[in-house]
Amino acid sequence: MDLIATALPALQEAFALILQPEQLLYLTFGVLLGLSVGVFPGLGGIAGLSLVLPFIFGMDPVSGLALMVGLVAVVPTSDTFASVLMGIPGSSASQATVLDGFPLARKGEAARALAAAFISSLFGGLLGATILTFFILIARPLVLAFALPEMLAVTLLGLAMVAILAGRIALKGVAAACLGLLVGTIGEAGHGGSLRMVPESWMFAATGSTTFESYQYLADGIKLVIVGLGIFAIPEIISLLRQNQAIARGAQLGAGWAQGLRDWWANIWLSVRCSAIGVIVGVIPGLGGSVVDWIAYGHTVQTAKDRSKFGSGDIRGVIGPESSNNAKEGGGLVPTLIFGIPGSGSMAVFIGGLALLGYEAGPQLVQNNLDITYTVVWSLALANVLGAGLCIGLSGPIARLTTIRFTLLAPFLFMMIAFAAFQSRQSLGDLVALFAVGLLGIFLRRFDWSRPAFLIGFVLSTQAENFSANANQIAGFKFKQGWAEGLGYVATPIVIVIVLLTVVSIYFGIRQSKQIRSEGDVATGAKRAPLIFLLAILAYVATAWVNAFSINMISDKIFPLAVASVGLLALVALLVRMMMAGEGDEIFADREASGEDAEAPHSLWGTLAWFGALLLLTSVLGFVLALALFMVAFFRLRAGLNWVWSLGLTAAGIAFICFLAGMLNRDFPPGLLQNYVNLPWPLT
Amino acid sequence: MTIKTAIVAAGFAVTATLGAAQDLDLSGKTVDYVIPFSESGGSAKWANFYAPLISEALPGNPTVVVKYMPGAGSTKGANWFQAQTWEDTEGTVIFGTSGSTQFPYLLGDPRVRYEYSDWNVVLASGTGGVAYLPPAMAEKLDGLDASGLAGEDFIWGSQGATRLDLVPLLAWKMLGMNVEPVFGIKGRGDGRLMFERGEANVDYQTSSAYLANVTPLVENGSAVPWMTWGALDDNGDIVRDPTFPDIPTFKEVCEATEGCKTSGEAWDAWKAFMIAGFPAQKMIFLPKGSPDWAVDAYTEALNKVLARDDFAEISEARLGVYPQMTGKGAKNTLKLGTRVPAEAKAFVVDWLQEDYGVTLK
Repeated sequence: MDLIATALPALQEAFALILQPEQLLYLTFGVLLGLSVGVFPGLGGIAGLSLVLPFIFGMDPVSGLALMVGLVAVVPTSDTFASVLMGIPGSSASQATVLDGFPLARKGEAARALAAAFISSLFGGLLGATILTFFILIARPLVLAFALPEMLAVTLLGLAMVAILAGRIALKGVAAACLGLLVGTIGEAGHGGSLRMVPESWMFAATGSTTFESYQYLADGIKLVIVGLGIFAIPEIISLLRQNQAIARGAQLGAGWAQGLRDWWANIWLSVRCSAIGVIVGVIPGLGGSVVDWIAYGHTVQTAKDRSKFGSGDIRGVIGPESSNNAKEGGGLVPTLIFGIPGSGSMAVFIGGLALLGYEAGPQLVQNNLDITYTVVWSLALANVLGAGLCIGLSGPIARLTTIRFTLLAPFLFMMIAFAAFQSRQSLGDLVALFAVGLLGIFLRRFDWSRPAFLIGFVLSTQAENFSANANQIAGFKFKQGWAEGLGYVATPIVIVIVLLTVVSIYFGIRQSKQIRSEGDVATGAKRAPLIFLLAILAYVATAWVNAFSINMISDKIFPLAVASVGLLALVALLVRMMMAGEGDEIFADREASGEDAEAPHSLWGTLAWFGALLLLTSVLGFVLALALFMVAFFRLRAGLNWVWSLGLTAAGIAFICFLAGMLNRDFPPGLLQNYVNLPWPLT
Repeated sequence: MTIKTAIVAAGFAVTATLGAAQDLDLSGKTVDYVIPFSESGGSAKWANFYAPLISEALPGNPTVVVKYMPGAGSTKGANWFQAQTWEDTEGTVIFGTSGSTQFPYLLGDPRVRYEYSDWNVVLASGTGGVAYLPPAMAEKLDGLDASGLAGEDFIWGSQGATRLDLVPLLAWKMLGMNVEPVFGIKGRGDGRLMFERGEANVDYQTSSAYLANVTPLVENGSAVPWMTWGALDDNGDIVRDPTFPDIPTFKEVCEATEGCKTSGEAWDAWKAFMIAGFPAQKMIFLPKGSPDWAVDAYTEALNKVLARDDFAEISEARLGVYPQMTGKGAKNTLKLGTRVPAEAKAFVVDWLQEDYGVTLK
């Protein structure tokens, strides 16, 4: 009762504070901004918040909060557009949405998928805000119950989702996940700073040399934006472009947005459960949003009766992850507000913004400024309603994009992807990495190696390594004090429950994964191509093993060494099976053998060369000039448009990207030319 | 045209060029305030605090935008800034560094290709740090004497031995404590959370984080403040931190503890790195080759910011009560923060190698 007595007056006060015309205006402005920024993959909340930070200082606190919260709250709503329409994971929170959302768009049901996603987001967001209202007063001990062993257990639960997404051949899924984990360890190790898969000699190269630039780039590891775009977006875009069709097959639109709302209502309990998952995982500091959509997706699949359609367009595969990712924002505000510890990059910027308003996030904020705290909660709820409402309204018209001939869309997508990738590190290396990862993604897709498994491995790599190393170190320390102390630390009820859940997930996952085609059916073909790809992966994993072995510091070598060992075992087992099996065995899956890709009018390499040319031209002329040349050439030669249309579309594209970059204060990749000539922005 | 008018005209022309060269006018321009860190760190907070104020105070009121250039522990951004010149930028690029930029420089990290003495400092901002203990450990202290802690086992969440955490790590060692650092945490906030969960049993926070998040722990009895790293007086001596006048400094604790000496190479090394990491933590620079009049114009603008009537009020929560120095003060701080005696550096390099296997080739 105490709880309600404290909460209610503050809630009322916050309600009065936020429902002023001025504050509502700022909230709406934040929502509009968040929606616009969220549409672009890789920009997300951090870019949006950084954009408004300069204006926050000196603002009335409630208005400033409304602006910032409005912006953050709707990013996971609008990033769904890219996931569903283009198969591009808009942010780490909507990776799993791609799996079923994009196939739905290809069936012409983009509006249905979008509407279902938005209503799920709305519901998740509201539930998150409701729970946050009361939870924030009592959450402290609960959050503190999640120590390193518990966080490690949740990370393992996330990794266990690999089992269900492994595809037809479980070993391939394991190998893909190991590869993802290994790619995640590239760069300086978190513990001792040893370099992994980066030759130490590069560090000593001359400033400005390609070698030193490569060292600087790789030492920081490859960023999630690049991997998400490369693994999912590029293979899909190239494949669509080769077929020269619209995204929706036959350019026909099927079920519309009203159907999406009915779908959500029919699966309301799924939405409730996944929202709860979102809140709980969001509350744990240090995990961030990276696992939540995968856990929700795994849960959705495991609790479904008919699993045959997952991966080829099951609406439940959209409702699950989308319910969880907005709920996570509500949950994520708990550690942000009561401990001053950001659960994600955008939360960190949010704390910075709070400080500019004169509030320091932490226990004092909740104790002394409960009304301000609740303003945040109310803004969150209102922003969700506003954002989702707008998006549902837009989903019908925007779904029409899927009926446009893809050849006309592709240059704009290449433009967005290259620009988004460049924002990750503002280095030409971003574009090189994007191309390399994109190539890997194309082959993973072609030979039916689970791309979700790879991505889960990559996303969880750093966490898995840090949590296991740190938990191990502290456990060792506690065991030195006594067995009871040690066990009390490691084997808490929470850990035991999560570990049990993990085991159950893996068991059922392996049993069920054969039914789930997370990426549709793939034909089988000749032995040679799949074998060569397997050998290439084997060569990389073996190199990573040798590289890890040569590291001196135990803390930095043990994780990559262990992962590479497991990967090697899986790959060798696959190799043996390949040698035993005859042609036509499912292990020789190859999309080029027959099916859509094989029958496409354009070749893979010819299509990829267009994208390669854009990146190459960029390194010489800088992004904007290269883009102009690329777009004109593409529209003229590939799309066969006349000069007027080609130049018109190119001008529109360039004007748009310059406007975006200008607004967000971002630069474009420079090329060699810019080393010699001083050009005015945006050509710099 | 007579000779006289020609001379007068020439005279005007000369004055005009001289005049143009001596007035910094940035109206209609955009100043990039580059920091070699990401949007989410402490430097971003600091830069976003100053950016709008600087914009108001600079001649011509240019737009000042914070640009983030993270990478390789801030050495990437600093190497980039080293390549910038006054001729190319003409006052439209300023650079904000932090202790994380100075430490690799001081330790001779091979990735460092920048030279602080090439740059022109226009502002230096200090901060402080406070160490605290759980009550059970604090009971073992005998007043200032910390010898009671020598027999205990400590565990501590740390971002890495070559970072700012080097300062406390060396302090624990000098006091004879047996501390096992858990490396690889993401920020000091995570270290505090480990302390709150009982996983770690010693910790420190920088001033603003301490005020916001540790003070409540102290009030409810789950943490006890122990010592600050101290502040510098005008002579460069360590005195009590003005934000925490009631908490003793490490210097006092060290003097009272047997085996800990406030002279010798360990102390010199600690003091040098403490200054680089705390009182001289954050600085703003103009690129190499900047003319004096431009440095003066920026200094004047920053003086205007510091002289604002509301500066004390708006900066207290953001920056703590610490000196924000310009002109001579900033230059002195830069010297203190970027010069370490060779023996002190050798001591730290050896100690990192021996105790933690960290090599800086």
